[in-house]
Parts: sequence; C-alpha cells; structure tokens
Amino acid sequence: MSRDAMLLVDALRDPATTRGLDAQGWTELLSMARAEQLVGTLAERLKIESVPPKVAEILAEARINADYQHRSALWEADCARRALAGYGGKVVLLKGTAYVASGLKAGEGRSIGDLDILVARDDLSQVEEALLAAGWEWVKPDPYDDAYYRDHMHELPPLIHKERDRMIDVHHTILPLTARRRPDAVAMLGRSKPLPFRGGVGAGPVSVAQGLTSPTPDPSPEGEGRLHTLAPTDMVCHSAAHLFADGDLAGGLRNLWDIHCLLGEFSSAEFWVQLRSRASLHQLSEPVERAVRLAHQLYGTQIPQEWAGWDRQDKWYVARLTARDGWGRPTRQFIRLIFYIRSHWLRMPLLMLARHLWVKWRKG
Amino acid sequence: MHEFRVQVGPAAFRIGSAWRAPIDQLAHLYRDYPQPDFTDFTVRLEPTTWLRRWLRPSVAIGGDYMLPDAAPLPLAQGLLAAEMAMNLQMALGWRRHLLLHASAVERDGRVLVMTGQSGSGKSTLSALLGSEGWRFLGDEFVLLDPVTGNVVPFPRLISLKNEAIAAMQSAQPDARFGPLLAGTPKGDIRHVVPPADAIAQMGQGGAPALLLFPRYGYPGAVREVAPGETFMRLTQASTNYVALGEAGFITLTRFVKSVPSRAIDYQSGDEAIALVEKLWERLA
Repeated sequence: MSRDAMLLVDALRDPATTRGLDAQGWTELLSMARAEQLVGTLAERLKIESVPPKVAEILAEARINADYQHRSALWEADCARRALAGYGGKVVLLKGTAYVASGLKAGEGRSIGDLDILVARDDLSQVEEALLAAGWEWVKPDPYDDAYYRDHMHELPPLIHKERDRMIDVHHTILPLTARRRPDAVAMLGRSKPLPFRGGVGAGPVSVAQGLTSPTPDPSPEGEGRLHTLAPTDMVCHSAAHLFADGDLAGGLRNLWDIHCLLGEFSSAEFWVQLRSRASLHQLSEPVERAVRLAHQLYGTQIPQEWAGWDRQDKWYVARLTARDGWGRPTRQFIRLIFYIRSHWLRMPLLMLARHLWVKWRKG
Repeated sequence: MHEFRVQVGPAAFRIGSAWRAPIDQLAHLYRDYPQPDFTDFTVRLEPTTWLRRWLRPSVAIGGDYMLPDAAPLPLAQGLLAAEMAMNLQMALGWRRHLLLHASAVERDGRVLVMTGQSGSGKSTLSALLGSEGWRFLGDEFVLLDPVTGNVVPFPRLISLKNEAIAAMQSAQPDARFGPLLAGTPKGDIRHVVPPADAIAQMGQGGAPALLLFPRYGYPGAVREVAPGETFMRLTQASTNYVALGEAGFITLTRFVKSVPSRAIDYQSGDEAIALVEKLWERLA
C-alpha cells in the first residue's frame, strides 16, 4: 500500500519519525522528497539522525547539489547586481536566493532555480534595458504572451541569459495585476533592507543577525549599489501570497517549509503584531493566516494562541499539499484539478479568463 | 506499477512501469545482476495520457530526475526508455563520483578510458575489447572516485547502434541480445548483456592508465592530445563536473596529469584493436 506525502511532512517536522523506516520506506520517502524539491532540506534535517549507510550517501549527494545550487544562485544574483550597477533604485532579491544570501534557515538545503528580483514598477524599462545590454534575452517570442505579461502580470516576461542559460524573473509586485488582492509593492520596496555586503565574488552568505536585524556600519548607509531583501514580515507575506493566493500549490510543501522556517526564526511578540498589520496592508490577511495555520498543523511551527485555529477549507489544502505517492507520482487528480481551476480564478476575472483561454486554445 | 530493481556498480535502481513488457525484458537481460533493497534512484515508465496506456501506447520517461522536454517513446521501445531514464538519473543525480561520458575496459588492474561524441565508436570498441582479453567496465559512464582517483565500474547493458549491431553479432554470436529496437531517435538499437566477468567483478575498479579519443570512419592515425585540450574536452564530457565544484576540479586535474592521452582514427574494429594494443604497450 502506497503512502501519501505525509511521510515526508513527518520526516521534516520530526526527523525521529524516520527511525522506524525499512528499505522500502526510505525509497518512498526519498522519491517524494525529490519530487517535491525537498531532498536537500531533508538532508539538512536528518544531519543529526543516524540513518542507514545507503541513505547517508544519498543525503550527502543532496547536500552537494544544494551547495552547487546556492553557489550558482549567489553568482547569478551578483551578475544581476553588476548588470544593474548603473541603476539607482533598489534591487530586492526574492525567495530562495534571498534566504541563502541572508543566511536564513529557510535557505538551508533549499533547491533554487530561477533568480527572482523585485524593482519599482516605474523603473521597469530601465531595468529591462540594462539586463538586455548585459546579455539576457527574451524567452517568449510570442507577441500575445509578451503583451499579456506586460499588461496583466506582476513580472516582466522571463529573461534568460544567453551564455549562462539562467533565467531571471523581474517582478514589480508580488501578485498578478489582475488578481483581486493588491499588495502594496511600494511599501515592500520601502521597507527592504540592504544586504550587509556589496556583493562581488566571494561574498558569501551572511548571518541573519547581521543581515536583517542590525545592518553593520557601512560607508554607504543607504545601501547604494547593494542588493536588498524584504523585511521579515514582508518576506512572510510574499511567501504566503505565492503559496495560497497564486498558482495551484505546485511545490507547496517546499513553500510551506519556507514559511515554517521564516516564522520560527523571526518569531517575537513584536513580529507577530507587525505581521498582522502588514498582511492587512497587503490585502493578504487570509493567505497569511492560512499559511501560519498550516505551517503549524503540518510542520509544528510554534505560533501564538490567537493565530491558531482551523478553517473548514484547510483540510482540502492539506489533501492537495500531500497528494503524492511512494513512486513520487502526483495523486488525487480531482483535487489537483480543482486547485488548478482555482489558480486561474484567483488570477483574473471570469470574462478575462475566458478570453485568455480562448486565445491560448486557438494557438494550440 | 510493475517493478524491477537492479544494482549496477555502485548505483541501485527501482524501475516502475505501467506495462509488463519492459519489466520482463529488463528482468531477462539483467538476470545476473544483484537486486538491491535500498535504491538510489526511481525510474517511472508511464503513459503520456491515460488513453495512451492502451491505444498506441506511448511511454513518458520519468523518475526522480526528469527533463521537462523529454520526447516519449512507443511501447515497443520501452526497454530503451528505461535505459535512457536510468542514464538520466545518473547524469542529473549522481554526485559520488566525477561522471565522464565515456567507456572503459580493464587489464591487469589498469584501466583504458575512451571518450568521444556519439558515433565515435567508444561503445562498440569497449564491447569488442571486452571479448579480447579485457574486462568491460562500462560503455556509457566512467565514474572517477574523488578519493582514490580510480575508475569505478558501471557495467550497464551495452547499447549497440546501427552497423555496430551486425558487427557485434558476428564477433560474439553467443552473447545475450535484447530485442531489436528499430527506428528509434538514434536509429536501430540493440542491447547486449556484458560478459560474465564484467558483472561478477563490478565492485572492483582500477587505476586509469590511458585515455583515448577514438573517431570512427577516418584513415588510421594517432595524434597526441595536449593536457589543456584533454582537460577542456573532459569538462565537456562530464555531466557533473560543475556541480561537484572543487572536488570535481581536483579529481579531473589529477586524472589529466597522471593519464597519457591520444586521439585515434580508425575504419574497422580490427584496426582499432591493433592500435589500442600498440598504444597500451607503449604508454600504459
């Protein structure tokens, strides 16, 4: 009998739950972890556990892979920094690269693909020109897709670097412009913090204490020419928006793990108060509350009493998040379909969705 | 899912298939290999859509590691799909050794490594040498141990293509062959089981002693290859050189410094074997 990805959730929450696994159990756990892009994270979590030698070899490999991805991600971020050296505005790293650059727990073992940055919407054309001049190119040659991105999305059409073959997503806000919720991107940029180094080769990750809470003295206190990261509360808001207010929950277990780590690391009485008001400012109260509840439910995140609780919809989210079998295959196709439809519903009004699907269908 | 497990050298695979036939073929061809409890990689052969399980069955190549744009294969080529998926797991996931896209054979504890583009003949040559007093170590990947610098055997099924199929059938009529897979994306393909000693001793590696860059279809010739060129070509031939970081650099540098290398051109198997023996005697 095949299990669902609760096996993986349990192993991440409490590594001791893996002690009873036999060879078959380990094989299934590792396949799920790879399918959910969480094998590097699992390897970090199991560092202190004694695991069978065969498993230890696989986990060591996962750490090598994560190190490689982190090296590449920081290098890519630095390439973007250099390409945008002449741009005066803030360049904010998002998601995995931001976690690793800040030395956050969420970055430990995390898989990282594309580089995501946030810049001011008014400066998009300037940023775009600078990136094109530095060797990035358009991925989507289709004029409809291109126009769609520019008119309705929260990011430029993806760019890929012609020599390094790496993708960059340039965001100007964190949800599509067509979505009902309208996060305040200007406020996010305003509160973002410079990373305490000027970038450059060899500038490795820095600790969270230096990076986010008390910037070290620097000749340029404004952080000019340095990459930025979001303020802690905004980081959580962005991650929750990405997970529950956009998309079909693909890769959801990893995103929820990010949230679990961020909450655990930032937690203080003041933080939780700020998170509440910040989420409300960004019109993200519901997704943020759901993220907090589910992180607590699945990963055992310590949360204040007033955030705890249960929504009758939550069980469907859990069913979707854990919809994977011991072969690493997606399961619960109907629930997946519902969440897929929901993702489009969240992204755009019905009439617009109909038009979009019509154009896409005609193009085959 | 129908299931088959197999250990090849240091790597253990779990192969699941929605159809019986590819699993039966694998079980037949790999019957002399160990069947492990723990597996390093999972491979999945599944229909591209639910309809394609029965109607013009079409196999999507899946597993722990996947390429987003991998083209599906007809069910008749399910064995090839499994082999390609196993290669993919190694290329994208294996980090315990430096992986070179190359073939290797061993004699007296010392290893000859051959690398080159598809069609260079490195696979056929390793198979021919495997029945000429050498031990076959692998025709697809050479695994270099970062600690010892030794070649670790990975003796998968030998994958013969096009004219190499007939050449091998006349050279080794008693070998165990898989089904002829006609009209694959790489032409006709037929797998053959490596010699018994290759499987029985697959846990035992050896120190690399000679590197050759064979090229099939040109008049017989030997050319020296400078270490710088060798290094660059091997970085291209490696699937995980960049991912291994410093360990990859150290392993490859040691290999290039300690192993002489030559490029050889040849027009027939006999000519190539004679060339190899001559160079081995002189350099290794």
